[in-house]
This record gives sequence, structure tokens and C-alpha cells, in this order.
Amino acid sequence: MKIKLSQILAHIVLILGVLLMVIPIWLSFASSTHDTVTILKEGMKFGLGDQLTRNYNEVLNEKGGWSEEVTAAKMFINSFIMALGIATLKVIISAMSAYALVYFRFKFAVPIFWLIFITLLVPLEVRIFPSYKIVSDLGLTNSYTGLVLPLVASATATFFFRQFYKTIPDELLESAKLDGANSWRFFIDFLVPLSKTMIAAMFIFMFVYGYSQYLWPLIMTTSEEYWTVVMGMKIIFTESYEGVALPRTAERFAYIILSMIPPVLVVVFLQKWFIKGLIQTEK
Amino acid sequence: MSFLELNKVTKIYPNGTKAVHETSMNVENGEFMVFVGPSGCGKSTLLRMIAGLEDITEGNINLDGILINKVDPSERDIAMVFQNYALYPHMNVYNNLAYGLKNRGISKEDIEKKVNEAAKLLQISEYLQRKPSMLSGGQRQRVAMGRAIVRSPKIFLFDEPLSNLDAKLRIQMRLEIKKLQQKVGVTSIFVTHDQVEAMTLADRLAVINNGLIEQLGTPIEIYNNPKSMFVAGFIGSPQMNFLEGELKNKTLTSEGFEINNVTSDFNGPVILGIRPEHMSQTDKGLINLSVDLVEQLGSDNLIYGEIKNKKDFCFRCPGSQIIKKGSKLSLNINDNNYYVFDKSNGNRVN
Repeated sequence: MKIKLSQILAHIVLILGVLLMVIPIWLSFASSTHDTVTILKEGMKFGLGDQLTRNYNEVLNEKGGWSEEVTAAKMFINSFIMALGIATLKVIISAMSAYALVYFRFKFAVPIFWLIFITLLVPLEVRIFPSYKIVSDLGLTNSYTGLVLPLVASATATFFFRQFYKTIPDELLESAKLDGANSWRFFIDFLVPLSKTMIAAMFIFMFVYGYSQYLWPLIMTTSEEYWTVVMGMKIIFTESYEGVALPRTAERFAYIILSMIPPVLVVVFLQKWFIKGLIQTEK
Repeated sequence: MSFLELNKVTKIYPNGTKAVHETSMNVENGEFMVFVGPSGCGKSTLLRMIAGLEDITEGNINLDGILINKVDPSERDIAMVFQNYALYPHMNVYNNLAYGLKNRGISKEDIEKKVNEAAKLLQISEYLQRKPSMLSGGQRQRVAMGRAIVRSPKIFLFDEPLSNLDAKLRIQMRLEIKKLQQKVGVTSIFVTHDQVEAMTLADRLAVINNGLIEQLGTPIEIYNNPKSMFVAGFIGSPQMNFLEGELKNKTLTSEGFEINNVTSDFNGPVILGIRPEHMSQTDKGLINLSVDLVEQLGSDNLIYGEIKNKKDFCFRCPGSQIIKKGSKLSLNINDNNYYVFDKSNGNRVN
């Protein structure tokens, strides 16, 4: 009986947690199926309305912005490219720099590692002016390269990869050497497959990080062509009413729901690897 | 010219520790050489220098007539079995065996043929698709050996490969390694701290202590004729008994008895060494032992007791002989099978 009581308690806590996470999403979704007037008059809705197709269709296809040329669909693509670029490059660069730090015992490897580590204390927001200056001097404003490049160096991921590589026994490297593997082959044939779960985890984190960037794309892009989802949330779907800009609430809810889809897909897709790696420890 | 030649090989670590002192030795083609010594004696370092995993501070190593000091380990054509096997955890057994061949650019058909041959030899054919984590200790051991065999290298190096196995499996694998080496006929160097392994496997063995080869020879040579107290104490189980004594004019006085006509001109304090198996019971023997403890192994009995000032003196007798705790035994040394060492430096003097 004792076990049952604790199980019930655990379930109650878990259910509460789930509700806490799910209710706001449901509220947003339900509200996105009503029209703006209803929401403005009656507040957010729990029940479903009849405007689902109209709202979502509008969000995806209506041209917005000052120039009335950019669509939400374009912003999703932009955000996706940016997040994908950041996540991919971050993982590759971090894995490789950690490899260099752990396996090539060059002079000053330790100070260099700590130097990389210290950059954790200097987030993009702090160095945003110098970063902007460099990117604009390179002529990379209003480009995907400019959106991605300044964000790809990652102390966090380097640190995690370094810690992981350090747990790999030296004999594995020695054995691979005797089997004729050079340093490049060792990285590709051993470290990458051994750390694939780590790579998946880092990719998820970094994708979400890239996707939710707000400040950097905001100051980096002057052309609406490169707007990202998070920026768009504030700017598009505004109705001008007697000189006052009123938000088109229903469409914005639809937009919010849509904006959640890409990161959720990434998590769902990579989670399989993630869990597989956790169950099957191969060391 | 020998197959593998070590010429005054020395290893000094950057922190100044001297792990190997000017070691010279030759290993002949097809020979099974064993390096044996206590942990930290430099035997593994020596092996790793041959493999190319440690730099050689001074001296030369020649393999098959080629100076390999500066040759990259991947180019030396050497295979090594590690203590923890170092199997590739993310590859199945087949790929573990095939990896070294792939790196050599051997064709797929040839790889398959070689892997299957090696797998058959080691009886691991049915595990080829499994990952190392799904194998038992003995099977992993075989895979590690397979990985070495499949490449048909110039030389096999074994770095204490049996020490992770349980006692029964260790004896079994020891036998298999010996058989396999005889079958394949590849020159092998085997590092161990276990003297039984060393004795049973070796064609020749090198007893290493503090970075120096104390003695090099066939197991029986070393057992019968140890050059120093260290070798005498290390080889043989149970260990040789050591008694303090004084040698004067060919007469040795020790713990309550005397030995005359010692074949030595040495005078001064000595250590007398007697192996437990080189004594037998008589009526009026040289040594009087009062028994403290009897270990019955079935085939043998190990009797531990006290003679004058020496405790834990060991005597080995057939298991059929019944000896009780507290009894007194009178022992003689068979056929003058005793060893006399200079007390100051441990060198043999008789």
C-alpha cells in the first residue's frame, strides 16, 4: 500500500507538470482557431473555433512587413536555415576543437582550453557591437552567412566533447594506430561514431538555441528577406486602426503554433537516437 | 642477424624517471619471448617502445633488418593485444578484425577470407555480427587475438592480456595462446607479472627488475640457475626460502646448521636460498622445522614452519604424506640444490 501511495503522488506531480506545459500550448492552439474579434472581446479560448483554415492559410501566405512582401513561410525557412547552420557548424567545430585539445598534446593546450571556456562568460549580447562591426566590415549583413557565422563557436559544446573524449581509453587510440589509422581516420572512424549520442544531444540544444535567436538577427538584417520567425512574431500581423497598430491576435496565435513545429520536429526525430544511446552504453 | 634486435635501448621520461636502462637483447624469428617482472619494472615500457607507442630516448630497435626507431606504429607491421583488449566498442566483431585490413587497402574479398579464417581458428565465427559489449571475457580475449592474427604481422605483442580473466579461464587461454603461437609461428613477445604464465609460455624469458634485464634464458635455465636473489625469488612457486648466513672458508653457517664444501671462494655475510621442493624428510636432517601451518593442495602439501629465527619457512611434500600442525620435521637438501647469494648485492656466489 505504501508503494501505491507514493506512486499516486508521483503521478499527480507528473500530471500537474504535464498540464503546466500543455495548457498554454493548448490555449494558444484553441485561440488560433477563433477570429480576432472574439479573442479581443472574450479573452483566450479553451474550446475550438471555426476559423482554423482561414487563420493558418493567412499566416502562411499573406505578405506582411513594411514592404508587404515577406510571408511567414519565408521566415520559417530563414529560421530553419539559420538554426540548422548554427547547430551543424557548432557541433562540427566543437567536436574538432575538443579533439585537438584532448589528443594533440601541443603546448598551451590547457590555457587555450580555459580561454575557450571563459568565452562562456561573454555571450553574444555582450559582444554584440564588435561582432556587428566585424560582420558588417566583411559585408555579411543581410546574408545567411552573417546570421550563422558569429554564433558557431561554442564553449559549451567544446567542453562537453572534451569531457567525453577524455573518458575514451588511450588503448583505443593506440590500438587504432597499430591498425594503421591516422589521426583523421581515428576521428571519423572512432570518435564520431562513439559520440553520436552526444552529437545528437548537442545538435538539439544548438538547434533550439539558434532557432530562438532574437537580438542578433534583429540588428543583423535590414532586409525583410532575412527576417526570422522570432523577429516576425512582434512585427507582422498588425492591423492599423485609426492610426493605432492593433495586433491581429488570432493570426498571431496561429503563427506561434507554427513556429513551434520545427524545433519540436528536431527533438522528436533525434530523440530516438538519444534514447537508443542511453540504453545501449557501449563502453 | 636476429629478427628483432634491441641495442642499448633506454627510456627516460620527461620528468627524469628512468624506466628502461640500456637494454640489449635479440629475439629470433618465431620465438616466444616473455618479459616478466614486478609491476613498474619497465617491462611494459619496453614493449610499448617496440610497438612505437613510446619514444625511444636512446638506443636502436631493428625489426627484420630495418631500424624502426622513427617508423610510425602504423607502419611497423606489429600487432598488439592490450590488457583491456581495447576492442572497438562501436564495431561488431567482424569489423573489429577487418579494420586494420581496410586501412591497408586490401580488397573486400580478401578481407572477408582472412577474417573468416582467423575467426575459424579462434572459434569466434558465430559471434562475428556481435558487438564487443555482448561478449564474455574469454570471447573478447579471442577477438583481441583475432585482430592481431588476421593481419599476419611480423610480430605479436601481448601486454598482460590474461590478467582480466578469472583463474580457470586464464589457464585455458594461456594454453590456447601457446598452441596458437606454435601453429601460426609468429614471433611473439608477452609481458606478464605472473611467473607461472612466464614459465609455461616462454621459449625464452627475460626477468626484468628496475628497468634492467636481470637474467635472460629458457625457463628451465632460469629456474635451475638463477643469477641473482631477485630472479631466484621471482621465479618458482611457492617462493624460494631465504635464510641469512655467513660463508667462511667454504663453510656456510646459517639458522642453526652448517653446510660444508660450498663451491665458492666468497667470504662474508650471505643469503642462502632453498626451494621448498628441493628438500626431503630424513631422520637426522640438516634443518629442524616446527610446523605452524599445512596447506593441502591435494597433489602437494605446503608446510610452513619455523626454524630457529626464521618464520614461514616453506617445505613442499607429496599430498599423500600426512603432517600435523605442531609436529617437528627434520629436512635435508636434495643433491646440494641450494643457492648462495652475496648479501650486499644479491648476486649469486656459488
